[in-house]
Amino acid sequence: MIGLEPVARPDAPLARRNPVAKLAAALVFSVALVATLDPVAPAIAIAVELAALPLFGVRLRVLARRAWPLLASAGGILVTLVLFAAERSGRVLVDAGPVVVTSGVLLTALGLVLRMFAVALPGVIVVATTDPTDLADALVQNAKAPARFAYGALAAFRLVPLLGQEWRMISMARRARGVDAGRNPLARLRLFASTAFTLLVGAIRRGTRLAVAMDARGFDATTPRTVARRQHFGKADALLVAGAAVLAGGALTASVLLGTFRPLIG
Amino acid sequence: MAAVTLRGFGWRHAGRKRWAVRDLDLRVEHGERVLLLGPSGAGKSTLLAALAGLLPEDTGEQEGTVEIDGLDPSKARERVGIVFQDPESQLVMARSGDDVAFGLENRGVPAEEIWPRVDEALRRVGFPYDRDRPTAALSGGEQQRLALAGVLALRPGLLLLDEPTANLDPTGAALVRNAVARTRDADTTLILVEHRVAESLPLVDRVVVLEPGGGVRADGTPEAVFAAHGDALAAEGVWVPGRPIPPRRATAPAGDVLLAAEGLGLPPRLGAVDLAVRGGEALAVLGPNGAGKSTLALLLGGLLKPGTGQVTATAELAGGDVRTPPHRWRAPALARRIGSVFQDPEHQFVTSTVFDELALGPRRTGRPEPEVRSTVDALLERLRLSALAAANPYTLSGGEARRLSVATALATAPRLLICDEPTFGQDRRTWLELVDLFADLRDAGHGVVTVTHDAEFVAALADRQVLLERR
Repeated sequence: MIGLEPVARPDAPLARRNPVAKLAAALVFSVALVATLDPVAPAIAIAVELAALPLFGVRLRVLARRAWPLLASAGGILVTLVLFAAERSGRVLVDAGPVVVTSGVLLTALGLVLRMFAVALPGVIVVATTDPTDLADALVQNAKAPARFAYGALAAFRLVPLLGQEWRMISMARRARGVDAGRNPLARLRLFASTAFTLLVGAIRRGTRLAVAMDARGFDATTPRTVARRQHFGKADALLVAGAAVLAGGALTASVLLGTFRPLIG
Repeated sequence: MAAVTLRGFGWRHAGRKRWAVRDLDLRVEHGERVLLLGPSGAGKSTLLAALAGLLPEDTGEQEGTVEIDGLDPSKARERVGIVFQDPESQLVMARSGDDVAFGLENRGVPAEEIWPRVDEALRRVGFPYDRDRPTAALSGGEQQRLALAGVLALRPGLLLLDEPTANLDPTGAALVRNAVARTRDADTTLILVEHRVAESLPLVDRVVVLEPGGGVRADGTPEAVFAAHGDALAAEGVWVPGRPIPPRRATAPAGDVLLAAEGLGLPPRLGAVDLAVRGGEALAVLGPNGAGKSTLALLLGGLLKPGTGQVTATAELAGGDVRTPPHRWRAPALARRIGSVFQDPEHQFVTSTVFDELALGPRRTGRPEPEVRSTVDALLERLRLSALAAANPYTLSGGEARRLSVATALATAPRLLICDEPTFGQDRRTWLELVDLFADLRDAGHGVVTVTHDAEFVAALADRQVLLERR
């Protein structure tokens, strides 16, 4: 499971930026890259992202540990495409019975994997450098998100780690009651569903209690909310977003100039 | 400052036949400190929710009136603060200071006043850490203190406490009571609902007893109320102070060993433990929070794989399965031999009626249906659940849910019963029933292991104690 608490050095120049600015920069950067199917633009983007890591105070090793599900799915995509792609153009590289790998297939697969990384990494970096409370504060103060949504989600988020613990307790409690599935796959599925149901019932009850407790402290009051922790969106934050746009544009331009650009639409 | 006036107040939750509270006439003056008592189901929590303005019109039916300083509670929300039972579900933010600030932000307190008020509230409850302390790193008692600070920062005229210590171990409960005592002042009206009466009396000057059918049964100083109604209240489950509990000692020496642990542990949660559990013996496992008591219960119950050492069941307990450790037994075999009762009863409920819940174990272990029926009926009778046979287990009160969870473990007639904090937050009546039930089991040759913080329970039942050290 991907960890969600920040792991970056908090004093790194870009980690300190406003969370909304970081989020916007990541979005701008990712969306621009979705637009092309070629491997060059994402490769440039990944280079830029990795070069920016020290500015965010994230070490490569930490990032790799965070992003391992991404690495695993990239491997999966590569294998699947190489084996099963319909279009088998280009030079034949490997011909081992049913497995035929051509240069065209390899290029498409590589492009896809690179794109996935280029698009996902900015998000991973934002999560790794941002405290959830700061993000909720900034969303409310700088992006005019409704407080009820932002803080409600934040409070719910705090309960997530409890779910894993609950799941283990419920599973053990079932075993103590004489309920297990053994090797029967159907019984396993049923047990899974009923454990999930118990977990859900518990989560809803806890969520309801939390909502009541929040309202009891005036969360549903109509008085305008004040803020205890101020979030500023300054020049440096605007620059971060602009910088992301410029760099993403640069990657796309380079791809067009090199003649590899393949637009997603058209 | 706030005064409360109830005139003929009643509330019925939507979809229920019974009124949760009814015909209630009560006046609480400015600065009074009231302990609200009544058998479980008398509507104490509903009353507090009504005072806190947390019963929206569309969730039930109201009779009579509630007024706080002459206002409807929905309009007096800013004058009232409430602390609930469960610490996990009333903290909102990740950092302690932010959590106290949450209510102040909601009420629109000017930004420059917020942090001084947060610090003042944290100091008043004796919070031992700074504002950045993660709320997830706090113990239950500290979390409840923080919840109290979050309410006090709003400077309520009326402070409502709904069993704030029921989910805590004795140390945590004492922390919270001290915090309430520290913050007591002449300007705050206090209404407290609490099972543990003796410990709560120093905090209050008036006791009000609700009648389950409606109305107020008794109202006055603690001395006067308990002198006149003490016996009846104790019989109904209220922990009336100064009523010793006769111990139930074993009637025969302990029998053969059923289960033995050698060097049993699960780092980092539990260090190596050696112990043996015998038939006809009630063994209590004690120790501070974090010593790994619950982990030990799960290991002995064959629910967790040991990290170090081993659990060995003797032929007396395991029959032909002596060579296999309990954690590798199939679940039905396990349920026939070792019953486990979890701290949270709801974790164990699998079906949608109380009857099916009790029938599940016997059916799983292959008993014929007529036998299942008679086992279930006997357990329903024994644990006062007969009237609830068709009810959904999730709708039971705390005491009923506890009795049901113990009954489900007994339904398969295991030789060994392992319970994690079975008496947590229970009223006196259920508590005494549990002591009797466990004592009867022991005297019939079963082994009973209880992991507990409850010193009175240990004194009343245990033949032997094992003390775990904090790791």
